[in-house]
Amino acid sequence: MPTLRALSLIALAGALLGRTAGADVLPDNRADLFYSRYSGGGMEIQGYSALVREKFSDTFAVEASYFVDKVSGASVDVLSQASVIKDERKQKNLTVNWVHDKTTYTVGYTESRERDYISYTPHFALSQDMFGDLTTVTVGYSRTRDIVGENDGTADVPVIAWLGHAESRAYDLGVSQIITRNMIAGLTLDVITDNGYLANPYRSIRYYDPASAKGYGLGSQVYPDTRTSTAVEGRIKYYLPYRAAAALSYRYYRDTWGIVGRTIEIDYTQPFANLWILEGRVRLYSQGHAVFYSDVFPYAGYQNFEARDQDLAAQKNTTIGAKATYAFLPEGWKVFKRGTATIDVSRIQFKYSDFRDIRDYGEPQYAPGEEPLYHFDATIYQLYMSMFF
Amino acid sequence: MRPLRRYCLLGVVLTSAGCSGGLQPWVKPYERDRLADPIMSWDRDAISSAYIEHVQESREGARGGTGSAGGGCGCN
Repeated sequence: MPTLRALSLIALAGALLGRTAGADVLPDNRADLFYSRYSGGGMEIQGYSALVREKFSDTFAVEASYFVDKVSGASVDVLSQASVIKDERKQKNLTVNWVHDKTTYTVGYTESRERDYISYTPHFALSQDMFGDLTTVTVGYSRTRDIVGENDGTADVPVIAWLGHAESRAYDLGVSQIITRNMIAGLTLDVITDNGYLANPYRSIRYYDPASAKGYGLGSQVYPDTRTSTAVEGRIKYYLPYRAAAALSYRYYRDTWGIVGRTIEIDYTQPFANLWILEGRVRLYSQGHAVFYSDVFPYAGYQNFEARDQDLAAQKNTTIGAKATYAFLPEGWKVFKRGTATIDVSRIQFKYSDFRDIRDYGEPQYAPGEEPLYHFDATIYQLYMSMFF
Repeated sequence: MRPLRRYCLLGVVLTSAGCSGGLQPWVKPYERDRLADPIMSWDRDAISSAYIEHVQESREGARGGTGSAGGGCGCN
C-alpha cells in the first residue's frame, strides 16, 4: 500500500530504529514550490516561495527558502491620505540542523528586504528529547535588527527616507509531551523585547480640529521606544478512533503597551482513501487596544505617546479555513519518493471596535468619531506542491 | 490547603516518584504508530504556517507563542 499512511509507517519504522539506537532523527528531504494570494482591505498581495531541505548525513541537514511578496493597492488609512502602494518584499532564509544523540541544534539566518524596510534575524534553537522520548524541550533565541524607512515619493518613483533602527530579541521555551498513545500536548512561552523606532510611518493620528472642513486634523504618531511582550500558548492534539485528528490551542498574549490578546483555534484533520488529507479550522482572535491608542485625540500633542494604527486598535477577528492535500507519485519518480499537492483557502473577518473608517463619504459629512466602525474580509489562497526525496 | 501549597506538594510527590524510579515512560516506542501519522504533526507544512503567521502578525497586535521566526514589516 504505497500511500501516505504506508509511507508514514515506513518513516516511523526508520524513526523508531533511530530512537532505539539512542539518536534523534532529522525529517525527510523535501522541496516545496508555493504560491499565495491575499486579497482584502483594499490590498492585493501575491507571494511566491521555494523551499529545499536536504540531509547531507543522518546528523546534518540544511534548509534554504526564498520568498517574494508583491503588494499592490491601498489600505483604508493610506486611502484616506490619497496614496497607493506598490511594493515587493523578498525574504531569504538559511537554516542548519545538526543532531547529536538526543539533541538537535538549529542555527539559522533570515533576511527580509522591502524598499523601505530591511530586517536581519539570526536565530538559534536547541531541542532535547528526554524521558524515553515522551518529552521534547526546546529553547530558542533570535535577534532581529531592522532598518525602518518611509517612501516619500510615489508608488512608481520611490524616494526613501530612512527613519531609524529597531532591535528585537526573542526568547522561546517550548515543551512537547506525549500524553497517551493517542494524544500529544505542547506548551510554548515566548518573550520578545524591542527597542528603537517601533512606529509605523504610514499611519497618522487624528485629532479634533473645528477649524478644519472635516472637523479633524492628521498628525504624526509617536510610539514608545521599547516594548516587551509575553505570549503563552497551550495546545493539544488527539487521534480519533477512526483515523482522524482534532486539535485545540489557546494563546494568551500581553505586552507593555497594554495590549491583551487571546487566540483560540480548533483544527480537524480527516484523511480519505489514503490519498487525500482534508483539514478544516476555525480561529478566533480578540485584543484590547494599546494604552496610547485612540481613534480621535482631543487635540494634537494631547499625550506623550499617540497612535492610530489599526493593529493597535481593539478588534475581533474570525478565520475559517479549509485545506486539501493530495498524495501523488506513490511509486516515486526518479529521485523523488513521493509528492503532495495542497490547496488551502482561508477567509478572515477583521472587525474593529474603536477604529473608524474615515474614507470620504461625500455630503453630509460624519462628525469626527461618529463614522462607521471599520471592518473588512480578507481571502487567502495558498497553492503548493511538495516533493519528498 | 491554599492552592500554592497544594501545587508545591504535588510537585514534590511527582519529583520524588520520578527520582525513585516510580515514574516511567508510559507510552512505549512501539505504541507510537498513531502519533507518527502525518495527520498528528503540529506543523505539516512549515512554508505555509510561516506565511500565515506573517499575515496575522502584520495585522494584529499579538505576536509569538507559536515558535517560528520571521522577518519583515508588512507596514502598508
